[in-house]
This record gives sequence, C-alpha cells and structure tokens, in this order.
Amino acid sequence: MATRTARRLNMHVQGWLLVLPAVVLLAAFTHVPVVETFIGSIFSTPQAGHPAHFIGIQRYGDMAADPIFWQALTNNLLYALITVPVSIGLALAMAIWVSGRIPGRALLRLAFFMPTILPMIAAANIWLFFYTPGYGLLDQVAHLFGFGSTNWLGDTSTALPSLMAVTIWKESGFFMIFFLAALQQVPPDLYEAARIENATRWQVFARITWPLVMPTTLFVAINALINAFRIVDQVIAMTGGGPNNATSLLLFYIYQVAFSFWDTGYAAALSTVLLIVLAVVALGQFFLLDRRIHYR
Amino acid sequence: MPENIRRSAVITGGWLLGLIWALPILYALWAAFHPSAYTTDFDLKAPLTLHNFARAWVAAPFARYFLNTVILVIGIMVAQFVICTLAAFALARWPFRGSGILFGLILVQLMVTPDVLIVENYQTLHMLGLIDTLTGIGIPYVASAFGIFLLRQAFKTIPKELDDAARIEGATTLQTILRVYLPLARPVYVAYGLVSISYHWNNFLWPLIVTNSVSARPLTVGLQVFASVDQGIDWSVICAAALMTSAPLMILFLVFQRAFIQSFLRAGIR
Repeated sequence: MATRTARRLNMHVQGWLLVLPAVVLLAAFTHVPVVETFIGSIFSTPQAGHPAHFIGIQRYGDMAADPIFWQALTNNLLYALITVPVSIGLALAMAIWVSGRIPGRALLRLAFFMPTILPMIAAANIWLFFYTPGYGLLDQVAHLFGFGSTNWLGDTSTALPSLMAVTIWKESGFFMIFFLAALQQVPPDLYEAARIENATRWQVFARITWPLVMPTTLFVAINALINAFRIVDQVIAMTGGGPNNATSLLLFYIYQVAFSFWDTGYAAALSTVLLIVLAVVALGQFFLLDRRIHYR
Repeated sequence: MPENIRRSAVITGGWLLGLIWALPILYALWAAFHPSAYTTDFDLKAPLTLHNFARAWVAAPFARYFLNTVILVIGIMVAQFVICTLAAFALARWPFRGSGILFGLILVQLMVTPDVLIVENYQTLHMLGLIDTLTGIGIPYVASAFGIFLLRQAFKTIPKELDDAARIEGATTLQTILRVYLPLARPVYVAYGLVSISYHWNNFLWPLIVTNSVSARPLTVGLQVFASVDQGIDWSVICAAALMTSAPLMILFLVFQRAFIQSFLRAGIR
C-alpha cells in the first residue's frame, strides 16, 4: 500500500518536473510581469533613498487628463475598426479569386501572400519610399493625373490612413490562406445546386459562401483584433508616432513613455490598460466562439 | 450583361488587385537592381547592377547582423522544441495533479505575448544581466504557449499502445518521447519550426529594446538603424538593404511554399 502511494506521488512529481522549465519561464516572463505591471502602476517608482510607496490610482487620473493617451487610444481603435474589416474583406475576395478558375492563379496567390513573409521593418522602409513627397511612386502616379504632391506621412490627416494601408497590404494575404482552407471545406454539390438553379454570383456568395466561411471570418477577426492592439513596428519605422502624435498607437506610446521618457510607472499604468483591452477581446472570443455558429 | 463579359471583368479585377499587391515589392526590386539615377525612371533599357547591395553591405555590419539573426532564430527554435516537447508530453500523457489549471494558465501567453510586457521584462533582463545579449532577446519566447498547445494536440493523437509497447521494452520516459512521439509528430515540428523562424526573423520591438550594440543586434534592428541613421535618402541602397534582409526568408518560402502555407494554417488554428 505504502509503495503504491509512493509510486503515485512519484508520478505527480515526475509530471511537474517535465513541465518545470516551461512553467518557470512562462511565469517569469508572462504571469509575474502581468502582476508586477499592475502593482507598478499603483506604487511610486523607487529611487535612491525613496522606496516605493502606495499612490493608488493617481497615475490613472493623470492618464485620464493626458491628451496623448486619448489620442493613442482613439487612433488604435480607429486602426482596428478600419484595418480589420478591410483586410478580412480583401482576404475573402482574394481567396475566392485564387480558388476559382483564374489564369495564372499560382502567381496571383504568390502576389497576395508575399507581403506576409516580408519583415515589417523591410516593408515599412519600402513603403516609406513609396510615400516620399514628390519623388515616391504614389506622387508620381498623382502627377500623371494632374494632382500635386502630398506629404502622406507628414500630414496629420493622411499619416494614419497611410500606415493603415501598409497593415492591410501586409495582413490580407495572411488571412487569405485561412479563407482558402475554409472554401475547400464547402461541399461542391452546393455550388452545383446553385448552378442548376441559375443563381447569380452574388446569390452564391450571399447564400452559400459567406454563411459557410462565417466561423473562419470570426476566428480571423479575433486574431486580427488582437494584432491591431500590438502594432508598433511600422509606427517606429515610418513616423515615430508623428506628426503631432497623429500616428501614436497604444503599444508605441508605452514604448515611448518607458524608453524615451523613462517614466516606468506611467508606462506600467498604460500597459495595464492595454492588458485590459486584450482581456476584453479574449473574453469576446470566448463567448463568440463558444456560441458556435452552425448552419446545418 | 453576358456571362463571358462578366467573367472577364472578374478576372481583370483579380489581376488588378494582384498587380497592386505586387507593386511595392516590384518597385523595391527595380530600385535595388538599377543605378540610383534610374530609381524613379522606369526605362526598360536601364542597366542592371548589384552596386546598391555592395554599398549597403559595406555601409553597415550586415554580416554580423545576419550571423546574429541566424543564431537567434535557430537557438530559439531548438530551445522551444526541447522545452515545449517536455511540457506538451506531460500535459498530453502524464496524469498529474493540477495539469488542467496549469494548461489554462499557459494559454494566457497566447494573448499576452512578451512584447506587451516590455516594461517589466526589460527590468527582469536587467536584473539577470542579459541586456544586449542574444540570450536576452530569445529567453522570453522560449517557453511558448503556442508550441506547447500545438505539440500537445499532436501528441494526443498518437496511439497510447505505441507508448506502452516502448515502455514494456524498458524504454525510459525520455527514450519514449524520442523514439515514439518525436518521429510521429514530425510534420507538426516542421510547421512549428517554420512559423517560429519567420516570426523571430521578423521580430522587431523586443530586440530593439534589448540591444544597444552591433554585437547582439539582429537584422530587423540593424536595418532600422541603417535606414534611419547611417544613410541619407538613397532609396536604392535602402531598398537593396531591405530586400537583402528579407531574402533568406523569401527564398525559404519560395522553395517550401506548400509547407509554409500549411504551417501558417496549422499555426493559426489555436
């Protein structure tokens, strides 16, 4: 009996030993920092001779009065609300094109997917060239049609949409492959039936394709939403948050506050807000995907 | 409208979008392979040159950046394989107390990736003395929730009988993993490896924060430093550098296109 208990215990210990390296690292770089971020946001930053003391929600009050925070948050919400649906719409269109009988589909698929492989920093630098006032391709095309030069990234009204275009360009091809996989799952006899009934392209899309790829659309939307709140590479490479914070996004503002202004306490408070946003999206995912959309 | 006209309209639309999508890369290729004078002069008779690549290569320590990225990417992948395999095996096949809750806690990292926690993680690295090292760039990513999840799924589909058979022959736990689980889950390792390589080849924010010298700087950070500081506005050289830093990944993709797309698909479904 005693040996059996011992063997049981041994089993649990061995199980924990197997997961130990992963658990230690995950705790050290994910779970503990989440808690520390929150604690760091409600305590003063310790300095020589001044240990940290409790300051409560003071920083959150500062945040509510910080126009740059509100701008970064608004920019980020706008960024998500525009880039996510546009990328998904384009991705679905790309998938339908590439899965149909279009000549040169392998090449077309490559054209759509290639931006995904490119590092964002490389893509951002290529697009910088694209956007160069007067000299870049965009303005050269504009000149052909008789328009003047535009300082795409230097004007507060065009800077954010210009960055959005890069994100849409880079992400659509990635989402396309999920729709390609989903389209392969659609039973061919449904299309056959639609053909016999003389359904139009639009009817086929609205009645068959769209409802059947709905779970994929939701899945892609959630992932795209999470990504939208972690966007930072192109902001650093293309605008540095400017002009006048017009392209500042949450993670970029955190980066700026923490590593340019060296205000770690405020950065912790901002990070807490970002974590809450991500948690809300995660809960949304939980409820939306758990309700499961069935069409059969 | 007759059907054939509508069909050609659809095809034209597809190709138009494809052309727009290819334009930035084609434009970068044009600028990189032609002398600066032809950067925006699309003369088909313009002479081809590798001069821009040569200039970029000597203008910044790209050789070192390449070395750093290759070591980083392979190091992270190998470490992820080891650590995630052990954890995934335990979670799939080893009934131990608390495994359910543990798995839930691990999945938190799918949402809260290390780059969201830059402030605290930077302080942790500082404490460990790992600032400006390749280990420092890689260590937060080594225990990957995504890898554990993916491998656990794969291990669960492997028949328990094979596991039992190996044990009856006297294999230890590690031997069982190596001889039974590793070979049978090979496609998943390939998929995970490709995703890991492309993710870390492209990763930027965390390496930017952690590094402050050439010795640990990966390609993405090196390219950014090069494009923003070292270079004036010679677009042909910047395009050459941008393409150069992406080339290995793009070639890898072109060769293993199918495997890549399969991996991203597998990887996306979490």
